Amino acid sequence: MIKYILKRIGSSLLTLFLIVTIAFCLLRLMPEEGYFNNYDKMSPTKIKVGREMLGLNAPMYLQLGRFYKQIITLDLGVSSRYRVNTPINKIIGPKMLLSLKMGMLGVGFSLVIGLSLGVIMSKSARSKSRFKLWDKLGSAFVVIIQAVPMAVYCLFIQIFGTELLNRFFRLPMLFSRENSLTWILPVFSYALGGISMYAMWTRRYMNDEANKDYVLLARAKGVSAGKISRSHIFRNAIVPLIQYIPTSVALTLMGSLYVESRYSIPGMGGLLVDVIKKQDNPMVQALVLIYSALSVAAVLIGDILMALADPRISLGKKEDVR
Amino acid sequence: MSIRKKQAALVEALTDPIRAGYAELSEAEQFTFAEYKPEEAERTGYSGYSYWKSTFRVFSKNRVAMFFTVLIVVTLLFTFIQPLIPGQKDPNLIYNDPATGMQFRNLPPSEDFWFGTNSIGQDLWSRTWAGTRTSLLIGFAVAVTEAVIGIFIGVMWGYVRKLDFLFTEIYNVFDNVPQTLVLILLSYILNPGVATIIIALSLTGWMTTARFIRNQAIILRDRDYNLASVCLGTPTHRIITKNLLPYLVSIITMRMAMAIPSAISNEVFVSYIGLGLPLNIPSLGNLVSSGVDKIMQASLRYQIVFPVIVLSVVTISFYVIGNAIADAADPKNHVD
Repeated sequence: MIKYILKRIGSSLLTLFLIVTIAFCLLRLMPEEGYFNNYDKMSPTKIKVGREMLGLNAPMYLQLGRFYKQIITLDLGVSSRYRVNTPINKIIGPKMLLSLKMGMLGVGFSLVIGLSLGVIMSKSARSKSRFKLWDKLGSAFVVIIQAVPMAVYCLFIQIFGTELLNRFFRLPMLFSRENSLTWILPVFSYALGGISMYAMWTRRYMNDEANKDYVLLARAKGVSAGKISRSHIFRNAIVPLIQYIPTSVALTLMGSLYVESRYSIPGMGGLLVDVIKKQDNPMVQALVLIYSALSVAAVLIGDILMALADPRISLGKKEDVR
Repeated sequence: MSIRKKQAALVEALTDPIRAGYAELSEAEQFTFAEYKPEEAERTGYSGYSYWKSTFRVFSKNRVAMFFTVLIVVTLLFTFIQPLIPGQKDPNLIYNDPATGMQFRNLPPSEDFWFGTNSIGQDLWSRTWAGTRTSLLIGFAVAVTEAVIGIFIGVMWGYVRKLDFLFTEIYNVFDNVPQTLVLILLSYILNPGVATIIIALSLTGWMTTARFIRNQAIILRDRDYNLASVCLGTPTHRIITKNLLPYLVSIITMRMAMAIPSAISNEVFVSYIGLGLPLNIPSLGNLVSSGVDKIMQASLRYQIVFPVIVLSVVTISFYVIGNAIADAADPKNHVD
C-alpha cells in the first residue's frame, strides 16, 4: 500500500512537472504584452528594461530554473495586468475561500440529492410495475443534464429561477455575499451536474449489485428487503463513487466557471478566463499550476479513499485488468 | 430395466428417425450441402444467431432510441439540405431595411426572418443552421480523429506486450491533465478556428478510447482462436484486423456517438469563455454565447432559444443513441 502510494505520488509529481513546464514554454511563445501593464505607451528602452527586470532576456533554461525555484518556495510571483503588481497569492487566497464555501455546499447538496435519486431510480427500475415512472423521469433528467451544455442550463436556471423566487422574495439577480438568498440559485446550478452523475452511477451500481449471489443468499436467509437494500446493496454500490468525491471538491476549488460568471461571484471560477482575456501571463502560469496540482492530487486521494472504503481492493494490482 | 439399458433405448429412440432420414438419401446426396431451413435448424438447436442482427433487433426495440435516431437523421438531412433550398438568406450578410436604409436590428421572428435577426441585422434562421453544420463538423471530426488514434494506439498497447509498461506509465502521467486546462491553453495559444478546436478536443479525448481498446485487446489476445491463428502463421496485421477489431466495433461506435455531444458542448464552453470561433464562422457555441447577452431582456430571448433548441436536439439525440448502442451491442442483452 505504502509503496503504491509513493509510486503514485511520484508519477503525480512527474505529471505536474510536465504540465507546468509545457505551459511555461508555451506561454513564452505568446506576445510579450502580457508581461506589462501599459505596453502600448511604453518606449522601446522601457520595454527592454522591463524585460530585463522580469528576467525575460535570460536563456530559456535559466528562466525555467528560476520558475521551479519560485514554485518550491510557494511564491507565485506578481500579477502584471489583472491587478498590477499585486502578489498572486494575495489575489487567489480569498477567492479560493469563497469558491470552496460555495462548492462544498454544492457538493454536499449533490451528494444527498444525487444518492437519494439514484436509490429511488434503482428501486423503481427493479420493481415489477410496468411503467417504472420514477426510473424514466430520473433517467430523462440525467440525460438532459449530461447532454445539454452546462452554459445553457445554468442560463435558464438563472432566468426562470430568479423570476420564480422573485414572486416570493425580493431577490437581486446577481450574487451578494450578505444576502443568503442569493446563494440558492448558484449552489443549485453547481449541484445539478453532480446530482445527475451520482444518480446515474448509484442506479447502475445498485442494479448490478442487486443481481449478485450474496443478495440472493441474504434473501434466502430471510433478511428484510429494506435491510438488504440499505446495508448490502447500497453499501457496496457507493464504493466506486467515493473515488469521485475528492475530484468534485477539487473542482469546487477551481470554481465553476459558468456559475460564477453568470452570477458575478468573485470566486476562482472566472479567474483563469479573466486573466487569459487580459493576457496576464504570470497569472495564467500560476493558475495552471494550481489547477493541475489540485486535480492531480484529487485523483490520487480518490484512489486511496476507495481502497480504504473497500478492503477487497488492493491498489498494487490495480493495473491488472483481467 | 437398468439405467444403462434405459439410456441405450432412449438414444435409439432419438437417433432412429435421423438414421432413417439418412437411409433415404443416395450416397452422393449424403455428402452435399443441405439447404438451410430455419425450422429444420431449430430442431437440432441451431439458432441462426447473428451478432449484428441481434444488435440491431435489440436497438430497434428501444423505442426512445429509435425516436431520437429518426429525429437526428431528419435534423442532419435538413442541416445539409437547407443551404440548397431556394430563397435562403446568407448567414453572414447584414440585412438593411430598403425603406430607411437602417439595419434590421433585433427583429422578432417574422415571415421574412423565421428565427428573427440579431443585433446587427443578420438572419438567425440561416445562422442557426450554418452553426449546426460547423458544430456537427467539429463533432464528427473529433469523433473520427479520436477513434483513429485511439484504435491505433489502443491495439498496439494491448497487443504488443513490450509496449504495455511504457504506454501504461505514459497514460498514468497524461491522464491526470485536466481537459479543460488543455482546451483553454490551446485555444489561448493557437489562433481561434475550426482546426484549433478540433485539435484541442482530439488531443485529450483519444486516451479514454485507447484505454478501452487496450483492455479489450488484452482480453481477446489470449483467447484460443487467436492462439490457433498465431500457430497457423497468420500475420499480425491480419489477426488484428480480422480477429480483434470486429469485436471492438460496438465499443468504438459507442465512443464515437458519445464523443460528438461532448465535442459540441466543449465548443460551446470555449466560445462562452471568449476563446471560440470568430463570429463570421457561425457555430452553435458562438450563437449561444452571443445570445447570452440578450437574456436579460425578455423580448430578445428568441435569439438564444432557437439555437439552444437545435443544440439540445443534437446533443441529446447522440447521447441517447450512444447509450442505446452500448446496451444493444452487449451480447448479454441478446437473449430473449
